[in-house]
Amino acid sequence: MMDELPLTAAGVAKTFGGGFDYGRLLPWGRNGRAAEGPRRVVDDVSFEIRRREIFGVIGANGSGKSTLIRIISTLLLPDAGEVRIFGLDVVRDTMRVRALINRVSADPSFFRNMNALENLLFFGKVYGLSGRDVRERSPRILARLGLDWEQALEPMSHLSRGQQQKVAVARALLTSPVLMLLDEPTTGLDPRSKRDVQSFVREVREEHDATILLTTHDMEEAELLCDRIAFLSGGRIVAEGTPVELRRMVAAGRPLDEITMETVFMELTGRSVEEDEEPQEVLAHG
Amino acid sequence: MVSMAEHTPAPGRAGGGRLAWAFVERQTNLWKRYWAWELVWLMYGVVNTLAITFIAKQVGNEGAASSINVSKLILFLLIGTLVWAYLSAVLDDISLVVTWERWEGTIEHTLMAPVPRALHLIGMSVFGVLHAVVRTLLIFAIAIPFFSIDFGGANWLTAAVVLAVGSLSIAGLAILAGVLPLLYPERGAQMSFMVQALVLLVSGVYYQVSVLPGWLQVFSYVSPATYILDGIRGGIIDGKSVTDTWRTLAALGVFGTVLIPLGIVTFMAAEQWAKRTGKLKRQG
Ligand SMILES: Nc1ncnc2c1ncn2[C@@H]1O[C@H](COP(=O)(O)OP(=O)(O)OP(=O)(O)O)[C@@H](O)[C@H]1O
Ligand SMILES: [Mg+2]
Repeated sequence: MMDELPLTAAGVAKTFGGGFDYGRLLPWGRNGRAAEGPRRVVDDVSFEIRRREIFGVIGANGSGKSTLIRIISTLLLPDAGEVRIFGLDVVRDTMRVRALINRVSADPSFFRNMNALENLLFFGKVYGLSGRDVRERSPRILARLGLDWEQALEPMSHLSRGQQQKVAVARALLTSPVLMLLDEPTTGLDPRSKRDVQSFVREVREEHDATILLTTHDMEEAELLCDRIAFLSGGRIVAEGTPVELRRMVAAGRPLDEITMETVFMELTGRSVEEDEEPQEVLAHG
Repeated sequence: MVSMAEHTPAPGRAGGGRLAWAFVERQTNLWKRYWAWELVWLMYGVVNTLAITFIAKQVGNEGAASSINVSKLILFLLIGTLVWAYLSAVLDDISLVVTWERWEGTIEHTLMAPVPRALHLIGMSVFGVLHAVVRTLLIFAIAIPFFSIDFGGANWLTAAVVLAVGSLSIAGLAILAGVLPLLYPERGAQMSFMVQALVLLVSGVYYQVSVLPGWLQVFSYVSPATYILDGIRGGIIDGKSVTDTWRTLAALGVFGTVLIPLGIVTFMAAEQWAKRTGKLKRQG
C-alpha cells in the first residue's frame, strides 16, 4: 500500500444546490430567499501529492478549497471523479481512509465546556488510541506548539482562538495520520503562534514521515512551507507547480526575485487574495 | 516527540466496545460540565411527578373513588410519570446526537473518525440509558416519601426486565428521531421533539390507552412505550411475574430487533444523503 501515492485526485467535481427546497411549500417560504440554483464549486480538479510533500492549495474566498478538503476527508461525496488516499478510494473505502487521515479545519471545533485533555481523549479514542496513549503524547505535542499543560486543563471556551487552534493541530497529529489536511491552520494566529505552527508543520513532515495538504491565505506561508502549490479559481486548478515554477509562469521577462507570491496569485486568479469568488451557476449541465 | 514506531496508524487495534465506550465517556464529561442543567431536569422531574400524582389524592379527597382505587390511581400515575421521565431522558439524549454536535461545531470531526456508525450510535444509546436510569432513580427516591404507598405486592424483577428490554426499542426509536436533524438542519430538532410529544399522547402515560379515540389507539399499538408502561404496571401494581409478562416482553423484543437496526440503517442512509447535498455543515 505504501508504494501508492498519498493522494491522487482525478476529475473531481462538486455541485451544490439545485435540489427542490421543500421549505418553499410553506406559505411563508415562498417570498423568502430565492431558491439557489446549482453551483459548481469544485470543477474537474486533478492533482497528485507525493510522499512527504507539503502541497498547498491557494485560492480566493469561496474558490472551493474547503469543499475539496471535505471531499478528501470523506465528509462530502464528489459528484464526479475520484480521490484515492494511498490507493484507497475515499468513497468506497471510507473507513480505511479515515484511519489514515486527519484534518485541521479553519474553525477549531471542540466541545467547548470540556477541557483540551478531555477533548483530545475523546478524539484520540475514536481513532483507536488508548487513554494512556493520549495522556502520553498530548503534553509533548502541546508543549512543542507552545501551549502550557495547565491550559490543557481549562475548558476550551476559556482559551483564545489561537490556543484553540493549536489544540486542533495537536488533535490532528495525535492520531499519527499519514496524510494531514490543514485548512487554514494559521488563520487568526499571532505572528509568534503562526511561527510555532509553521515550524511544527515542517517538523511533522520531517520526523513523522507525513504528507500534508495545506490551504492558506498567507502567501508568505505558502512559499515558506509548500513544495508545490495549486491555484484554485472558481473551483478549477488554474496553475500548479513549485513556487519557482509559478513565478516563472507569470514573470514575462521580469527577474524572478521581484515577483512575490502575491503577484503570482493576482495574475493567475485575476483577483486579490481577499476578494470573493462568485461561483458560477451551472445551467442544465455545464 | 512521537517516534516513528508510534506512528503506525492506530485503528484496528481497538475493539468495537472501546470505540463505543469513548462516546459514553465523552457524554459523561459533558454531563459533568452541564451539571446545572442536570439539576434543573431533576427538579423538573420531581415536580412533575409530584404534581401529577397529587391529582390522584385530589380525586380521593373529593370522594370520587374508593380508597383502594385511589391508591391504585396514585401508583398508576406515579409509574406513568417516572417511566415517562425515563423514556423522555433516553429519547432526548439519543435524538440529540446530531443537534448537539452541530451546536458545538464538532460534527464533522466526530463523523470523520474511523468509527463504524453503529458503534457510535450504540455508545450514545448506552449513555442515554445509564443517564436516564440515574435520573429516574433520583426522582423516584425524592418523590416517594410524599405518598404512603404500599409496594408489598410489587414484582420489581418484572419491572426491571420490561424496562431493560423496552430500552432497546426506545433507543431504536430515538435513533430514528435523531435522523431528522441530519435531514433538516434547521428544523430537525423541533421535529424530533414532536415525535416525543406524539409518543407521550398515544402511549397511555397518564391514562389507559382505552380512553383515546379509536383512531388514536391505532398508534398506541405501534408505540413501544405502550408496552413498556403496560408491563411495568403489571409488575408493580398487579404483581405479575416475568413469565406472566411474556407477551409484552415478546412484543418489546420484536420492536427492539426491528427498530435498532432500522434506526442505524436509516441514520447511515441519511448521513450519505447529507454528504451528497452538503447538509452536514457548511462553513469554513
Ligand atoms: N455545504 C454547502 N452547501 C452549499 N454551498 C456550499 C457548501 N459548502 C460550500 N458551499 C459554497 O461553495 C463555495 C466554495 O466554498 P468553500 O468553503 O469550499 O470555499 P473556500 O475556498 O474554502 O473559501 P474560504 O477561503 O473562504 O475558506 C462557496 O460559494 C460556498 O458558499
Ligand atoms: Mg475554506
